[in-house]
Amino acid sequence: MNPAAAGTRPGISRPALLFAAVGLTGLALPFVQFRANRIVGGEGLSLPDALGPWGWAAAALVVAVLLALSRVPPRAALVAATCGLLAVTLSAGAAAGALVPEGDRIARVSLGAGFWLLLAAFALALADALSRLALRPAWRWALLAGTVAAIALILGTGLLDDLSVMREYAARRDMFWREAQRHLALAFGSLGAALAVGLPLGIVIHEAPRLRGAVLGVLNVVQTIPSLALFGIMIPLFGWIAASVPGAAAAGIAGIGAFPALVALFLYSLLPVVSNMLAGLAGVPPGVREAAAGLGMTRAQALAQVMIPLTLPVLLAAVRIVLVQNIGLAVIAGLIGGGGFGSFVFQGLNQTAMDLVLLGALPTIALALVSGIALDLALDGLDPRKGHA
Amino acid sequence: MTGRLALGLAAVLLLAFLLSPDSFAPLLRPLTRNGAPPVYTQTSLLSLTLSHLGMVAGAVLAASVLAVGFGVLVTRPSGRDFLPLARTVASVGQTFPPVAVLALAVPVMGFGTGPTMLALFLYGLLPIFENTLAGLAGLPPQVIEAARGMGMTPAQRLWRVELPLALPVILSGVRLSAVIALSTATIGSTVAARTLGEVIIAGLLSSNTAFVVQGGVVVGILALLIHAGLRALEDRAAAWSHAGRS
Repeated sequence: MNPAAAGTRPGISRPALLFAAVGLTGLALPFVQFRANRIVGGEGLSLPDALGPWGWAAAALVVAVLLALSRVPPRAALVAATCGLLAVTLSAGAAAGALVPEGDRIARVSLGAGFWLLLAAFALALADALSRLALRPAWRWALLAGTVAAIALILGTGLLDDLSVMREYAARRDMFWREAQRHLALAFGSLGAALAVGLPLGIVIHEAPRLRGAVLGVLNVVQTIPSLALFGIMIPLFGWIAASVPGAAAAGIAGIGAFPALVALFLYSLLPVVSNMLAGLAGVPPGVREAAAGLGMTRAQALAQVMIPLTLPVLLAAVRIVLVQNIGLAVIAGLIGGGGFGSFVFQGLNQTAMDLVLLGALPTIALALVSGIALDLALDGLDPRKGHA
Repeated sequence: MTGRLALGLAAVLLLAFLLSPDSFAPLLRPLTRNGAPPVYTQTSLLSLTLSHLGMVAGAVLAASVLAVGFGVLVTRPSGRDFLPLARTVASVGQTFPPVAVLALAVPVMGFGTGPTMLALFLYGLLPIFENTLAGLAGLPPQVIEAARGMGMTPAQRLWRVELPLALPVILSGVRLSAVIALSTATIGSTVAARTLGEVIIAGLLSSNTAFVVQGGVVVGILALLIHAGLRALEDRAAAWSHAGRS
């Protein structure tokens, strides 16, 4: 710790007091829930209950880090918050290992409210430190990659394997990866289709302003339709098309499976793509277009070689919106038999098996967060170029 | 203008359908097979609609009050310490998928209408909060300076200058929040909340297209009406704050 840097921040940081309050509340609540089997009610255990002397040590460490956060400069807070996150996660794994008798496949240890609050406290501290540090993009990319690698490493080493969520995973490993692939295929497939259709459509309505109102109006209406309704209506619609249009079924159109979900996601993705393409083209200064014309470029050449490249940041922003939105919405595909992580979520809700719900929800959230942050970073990277234009 | 006419027509049709669903049965019958009932009758559609709307309205109203309150707090001098954190939480929080938030609410709060409303409320905070921040922080400093020069107290500045000027932006956050809540509430019926999603899911489970269509169309029209209504309110607020500015 650098005393000089600490000296530049006199007094204590008040956000850190908030994190400490959240974290200390977390310590007071059950850290894990122990159940003799998957169905019976749980018994809440605090960190010391679950881990004995090690639990006291971990709790003391957590308290120390939480209190230290209020007095240290952002760089040290970043390190402290990271250590806190690691300590909480590894303690949960260790607690599960200590509570489940050797060889017992029935007892369950799931994460309690205390765990989640502690995780939230350190995650908030991390976010606060990061927003104060204003790191350069290269560092932020490294941090993102490091975080993903660390999570993969912790999961890979099996330190958390005794936790109930990981038990659910172990029981359906193959299915998990199949649904993961399906989820990604839904999110990225619909994004690709939306770009393939939406970009030309955006250029068309930029060149033909008369069509603008109608196209954007229709896409706006689609965007407003609640997801379950749109997904639901796709099934009979495509079922009917597959049954009554010759050759449609052979072309892969079907009322069941992933196809209706893919189309619904595609429809939701069109508005951000089309409207951002339009906004990007409209935002190109008139002088640029005139300069291109002055160089002897045709209208089409000016579009392709000058204007469309200039819209890149706005398009990337559209990709971010669509990707994050579709990763989330693809969960609903699980409700209509379209696969993806939503299968676990809705199966879990039906069986009131909350760890199964987590098995679907946590990877979805992680996926949405990582793609959101990565695309934000990519956007920041493009910013200076936008400034030049 | 034609848009407004179409919306009005949709509203009239929706009302007619909700008050007397059976008179639409001939329209929906072609969508059923094997003599399945064309109109959902387990629960009255009107009461499902009212419960759905009530949940959304309650959650969004509560979220608006709290989110605007937070937004005001972190833009005051005494709350500045929290501003960078607040911005990060608002933008990162919105990458959390609403469905996942709803699913995660169940282990903590259980099944039913209450937990769903709480999830809608929590998720609804973010867009309103982010827009309140944008609205209040985006005001030209000269305006605040002028208000101070006129001898207004901080409270007067907030109520008479800052909030009215930021109102259109705040309202567009409320609109976003309401549309998301309406959609998420539909999925709430998978966790036993009383919403129109019940009709759609009943249709999916029994392969009754008529149920899927009537549930979907009712929610869809509600979404369009709410969207248009709040949009109109926003335009009015924008015109009003513009008039106040000049």
